[in-house]
Amino acid sequence: MKATVTVRPKEGILDPQGEAVRTALDHLGFPVEEARVGRVIDLTFESREDARAELERMCQELLANPLIESYEIVVDGS
Amino acid sequence: MEARPSIAVLTFPGSNDDRDAAWALGSLGAEPVLVWHGDGELPDVQAVVLPGGFSYGDYLRCGAIARFAPATAAVKRFADEGGLVLGICNGFQILCEAGLLPGVLRPNRSLQFVCRDVPLAVERNDVPFTARCEQGQRLTIPVKCGEGAWYGELPDEQVVLRYAGENPTGALDGVAGVCNEAGNVMGLMPHPEHAVDPLLGSGDGALVLASLIDAARERLAVPH
Repeated sequence: MKATVTVRPKEGILDPQGEAVRTALDHLGFPVEEARVGRVIDLTFESREDARAELERMCQELLANPLIESYEIVVDGS
Repeated sequence: MEARPSIAVLTFPGSNDDRDAAWALGSLGAEPVLVWHGDGELPDVQAVVLPGGFSYGDYLRCGAIARFAPATAAVKRFADEGGLVLGICNGFQILCEAGLLPGVLRPNRSLQFVCRDVPLAVERNDVPFTARCEQGQRLTIPVKCGEGAWYGELPDEQVVLRYAGENPTGALDGVAGVCNEAGNVMGLMPHPEHAVDPLLGSGDGALVLASLIDAARERLAVPH
């Protein structure tokens, strides 16, 4: 079983990394209004029934810091 | 001679200020005890210091992995029982991730690693970490971090130190050091252990560490 977790800086939270990327893109000649940098975590694990709930807890307790980050879980085949 | 309280200094993989912290504590009248991250129990100590560095390579988020070390669980139990815990820089980040302190440390607003002396204002001197300071006193202590911008929600009375003047990290409201509600756990981004001798630019960090040592000494069960 595979799942992909995408973690992003919450809306409204200043993302200095994204801002640096935006500036660099601008220098390259690609003006964009905004760039936000997050991270992607690919997980592979034994298939189990409560995987969804477990993934939710993984995000809450470790993969994201809910204070400043939002997350999205996509389970392969769901 | 005054009794020397024992103060644990934790070493995680990637800690790099553990020995500086131990040296500073020793020079100020404490008996530092280095504790390995894999140890599930703390030795008999009167306080704990979580030092600066890059525990676990700052993977995922700074401090996020150190939270699961057996020694961190022991520190959590120690703090829950009212034990004195001071987190410096990466130690502060770990305490936030572990839920012992409110908020989180985010990348500096400038995206630059900041390493210089900064002026601080003492907002509270009624906690064990600043008892030797005057309320409102200005201290000069260096910061040395890439992810030092504190962000979160907390009542004003839990702010112990604030940047006075420029805000080197972009921390919300210039927050440089916070304590928990009970006042027995504190974290700060500046490094008091790097400012214990005027020869190195400032001795103001000694006020913070000596305050902690005073409080730890009071907790020695039997005077020697």
